[in-house]
Amino acid sequence: MSWFIANFNYIVVVILMMTGLFIIFSSANLIRRMIGLALFQSSTGLFYISLSKVSGGTAAIVVPPDSAEARALAAQLDPAYVAAFGVKGVVYANPLPHVLILTAIVVGVATLAVGLAIAVRVREAYGTVEAPEIDDLGRSVTEGPENGR
Amino acid sequence: MIGLETLYVAPASLVAHAPILAIVIPLLGACAAGLSPGGRSAWMICVATAVFTAWMSLATACEVMRQDAVVYVLGGFQPPLGITLRVDAIGALLGLLISVVGLLAAVVSGHSLVAEIRKEKHSLFLSGFLLCQAGLIGIVYTGDAFNAFVCLEISSIGTYALVASGGASDRRALPAAFNYLILGTIGATFYVIGIGFIYGATGTLNMVDMAARLAAHGQSAPVHAGFAFIMVGLGIKAAMFPLHGWLPGAYAYAPSLITLLLAATATKTAIYLMARFLFEVFPDGAAASEVFLTWILGPLAAAGLIVCSLQAIFEQDIRRALAFSSVAQVGFILLGFAVGGDQGLSASLFFVVAHGLIKGVLFMALGGLTIGIRARRIVDFAGIGRDAPWTVLAFSVGAASLVGTPLTMGFLAKWQMIEAALAGERYWIAAVMVAGSALTLLYVGRILEVMMFREPAPGAPRAKEAPAGVILPALVLGGISIWFGVDSSLPGQLSVAGAAGLFGVRP
Amino acid sequence: MNTGELLILLVLGLPLFAALLTYAVGSMPDVRETLTLVAGVALSIVTISIFVRIGQGYDVSVTLVEPAPGLPVLFRVEPLGALFAVMASVLWSVNSLFSIGYMRGRREAGQTRFYVCFALAMFGVMGIATAGNLFTLFIFYEILTFATYPLVTHSGTLAAQRSGRIYLLTLVGASVFLLLPGIVGVQAVAGSTSFEPGGLLNGRISDVYGSILLLLLVFGSAKAALMPLHGWLPAAMVAPAPVSALLHAVAVVKAGVFTVLKVSAYTFGPDLIATLTSATWILWVSAGTIVVASFVALRREDLKARLAWSTVGQLAYIVSAAMLPVASGLVAGGLHMLFHAVAKITLFMCAGAIYVATGVGRVTDMVALGRRMPWVFSVFLVAALAITGLPPTAIMWSKFLLMSSSFEAGQWLTAGAFVVSSLLSLVYLAPVALWALFAPAGASADREFIHPGGTPATIIVSLCITAAGCILLSLVADRLADYLAPMASMTLPERAP
Repeated sequence: MSWFIANFNYIVVVILMMTGLFIIFSSANLIRRMIGLALFQSSTGLFYISLSKVSGGTAAIVVPPDSAEARALAAQLDPAYVAAFGVKGVVYANPLPHVLILTAIVVGVATLAVGLAIAVRVREAYGTVEAPEIDDLGRSVTEGPENGR
Repeated sequence: MIGLETLYVAPASLVAHAPILAIVIPLLGACAAGLSPGGRSAWMICVATAVFTAWMSLATACEVMRQDAVVYVLGGFQPPLGITLRVDAIGALLGLLISVVGLLAAVVSGHSLVAEIRKEKHSLFLSGFLLCQAGLIGIVYTGDAFNAFVCLEISSIGTYALVASGGASDRRALPAAFNYLILGTIGATFYVIGIGFIYGATGTLNMVDMAARLAAHGQSAPVHAGFAFIMVGLGIKAAMFPLHGWLPGAYAYAPSLITLLLAATATKTAIYLMARFLFEVFPDGAAASEVFLTWILGPLAAAGLIVCSLQAIFEQDIRRALAFSSVAQVGFILLGFAVGGDQGLSASLFFVVAHGLIKGVLFMALGGLTIGIRARRIVDFAGIGRDAPWTVLAFSVGAASLVGTPLTMGFLAKWQMIEAALAGERYWIAAVMVAGSALTLLYVGRILEVMMFREPAPGAPRAKEAPAGVILPALVLGGISIWFGVDSSLPGQLSVAGAAGLFGVRP
Repeated sequence: MNTGELLILLVLGLPLFAALLTYAVGSMPDVRETLTLVAGVALSIVTISIFVRIGQGYDVSVTLVEPAPGLPVLFRVEPLGALFAVMASVLWSVNSLFSIGYMRGRREAGQTRFYVCFALAMFGVMGIATAGNLFTLFIFYEILTFATYPLVTHSGTLAAQRSGRIYLLTLVGASVFLLLPGIVGVQAVAGSTSFEPGGLLNGRISDVYGSILLLLLVFGSAKAALMPLHGWLPAAMVAPAPVSALLHAVAVVKAGVFTVLKVSAYTFGPDLIATLTSATWILWVSAGTIVVASFVALRREDLKARLAWSTVGQLAYIVSAAMLPVASGLVAGGLHMLFHAVAKITLFMCAGAIYVATGVGRVTDMVALGRRMPWVFSVFLVAALAITGLPPTAIMWSKFLLMSSSFEAGQWLTAGAFVVSSLLSLVYLAPVALWALFAPAGASADREFIHPGGTPATIIVSLCITAAGCILLSLVADRLADYLAPMASMTLPERAP
């Protein structure tokens, strides 16, 4: 049980990842596939953020070392933990993965936008966003109502 | 052959910043081209930017030959905390390939765009093209793993949109682009997850630092998981069998300029990243790497080579046939990785450059041929050798190199791959490579035979010679392929140095 | 640039230049034909100079380019190559004379392409003859294949195209699948592919690996028409007679056996060949080829097909000689390469002469034809006796050497195959001429000539030249054997540049 709680984040990551992938591969509808993709990408966000959390760590905003706040934060730490890892002063959570995920979120948003734009164009060209129907139509005619040189 | 180390092509102040300029200038050029009023001015901006980028990558290559590796620190933040660009021999070589092919493609775009893209979209199209360039060069020049992801996505998102723009003339480009987007994003996301695992285990994103820390760290579950995710993610991007499903559709229906860019450069950068991680970042002899190389990469690459060559033989659409050929050649390259060791790796890297040039020529010539007529199937090209001799000549040079005619770069590449396999005592790999070459002969021979020896179907539209703006760049690329076939010292030295560099990491 | 380098550049450049010029003057038939003859004579002069220089002990070599480290395009002439070059160039001149008579006599179309491709094929042959390593030989081997393809499909009929496809697929397939990997294997083991006296791989390679490489290299030279890769040769008979005469009796097939001889002498070396198990296997296969091809030739009604199968058998003689574990086999093989070429080209030219004059191609239709064409059938009889090896022809010497080499090696099977095949060749060749000349009456006795005046004069002249060669060469057979002797030695004599 404690294992489950300790690794809860990662379990959710796996669930989200697999759900997203499953939606992508099992959906016939293009919009649903984009939703699956977004879900899949959000799992990586959660993964990185989970990585960044350090035990006893506070938000990664620098606290002046000798201030009252710093002493209060340091007092909250477990003494065994302090001894084992040689901690001096305040422990911060790792801000780098947050930055990485911000970047990844931006990339994800851009991908989503492009994907939906393509889905809109598919709708214009084929009249549908269901994959099987698109395949059938693609086999017969390559010119659509909007196309031409 | 003049050694690059003796060339000083740019003033020292520019050379000092050449790596970052090669990335930033195309980005700025993309903005400028996007904002420019008409297709013509956008084209001129595009060509000027491409010339400058090629100049900068040449300067970087010369510098790399002098120094072993060029390290460029971004923003003054020193490694391993800051992001750096680290260009070694193989990065420089690929950077040259990308910028030269990009330059020639930019020149060609003046004509091929008119045929395939709506007029009002030309400037946006060229803007996207330059964005791709920036991203691709970023991938080969960067020394930071996450930066590689960012550049990978910059170029990929650009290509998704550009492939979709082919929908103006063939609507099948749209679902193909969508499919490419889905699979490509899954690949990139897997890569990011893998980087996350490695970051969790080592605490660094700088690839050189990562290599050092992983060597000290030893084996553990996160490292194995990270390795697996990275390899699968990059495998999707590189179109490794069986993760290649996106490629035939994307190549077949995209505008010919984009197929050219994709075939010559995009999969190559993913292969480069794979080589980087497989041989440099992850420790030598690590159990994961050995198992992966022998039991997964080798068999999958062999399967890709044979199966996709067979599919190319039976394919009716010429661009799909060449697309399957590309997947087969990627399999060939990865077989070289599976041989392991310096010789196999340098032969593979040489083959990467050779194949980039080959597919560049082929798709350029093909694009030129299809400017006038809507020919899709191989039989539509019957007898075209008589109507458009120069264009077909360019195509034949590429085809000859693909098949491995002596005195072309393709021949040397195949020779070195088979020699590496035999020297490494991987006899089954050598046998598969020979079989793959024989199959290549079949599908290329079929295409050439139809083009040159068959009579055109009565009533079929007669093709015209492609405009000089298309033939000349194609012949230049073909000429480079032959020049390197007769004197391969430039790519040969760079690929050997690159392989040695990947195995013995120097900061 | 010293004389040796100049000679090699000449020997390569002359046919290439001739091809270009022939293309340029294609619309002027007389100029074109004269150009071909002049080019042949000039090339013969150059090759004879090289022959003489090699005999005098000079070095004739040049490196053109080096595409990759350890992989140069190297030309270095040695005795066998010099002999091959002289043979090919002299017979090209004679064959050009024959071609003029044939092509004009039958008013063939596409004559310019014909002469251009011939010159290009000669370029390939000269490259093969002067190659200093396997890499260079491979390049020109492929050039030869592609230069001769338009010649095989010359007539453009459906049958010709089908035969052309078999031709191309067999030759290119074997060279890509077998020859090239073999060459790469040699490079992987020895670090180079150059031809070294005594054998490049001698002492460097195990029996297993060496056997595999030997199999790859010998069967990869599909131009040597060793079974089961012999099918292209009968199929190529659809080409016009000059093509069959020069290429498929002299240039292409001899390039194949030349490759096998060079591989045996200089890549493996006699000492290594003696120890390889696959050498014995190849001996059995060639013995089989000799016997089977002779039996098939007996059954063939079409004269050119009969000659093609005879060639398949005779080529296997040379392959056997190359695989014998004694050094003298190499010299025997080299001599037979030359003498058989002269005799076979005579036979093919006779077949062409008959076809031009009367349109007859089947042996059964030639009964009593000799009454009207005495010269042609007399020459045919001489050449038939030459192939069998009866005195006073040159082949008598080469067959004698072949037999003695196989006895020396203890290869009774091979010797037996030689004997059986010789007897059979007498049976399937001599009667053709005998019935033509001496049969009392036959369907063709009064056949009208389709070409006015019978056989063109140029053809008769070329026939007499080669027939004379069959006999006169026996006078110099022993000197030629001495000339070729260094092939089997362990070291190259010191050569001055």
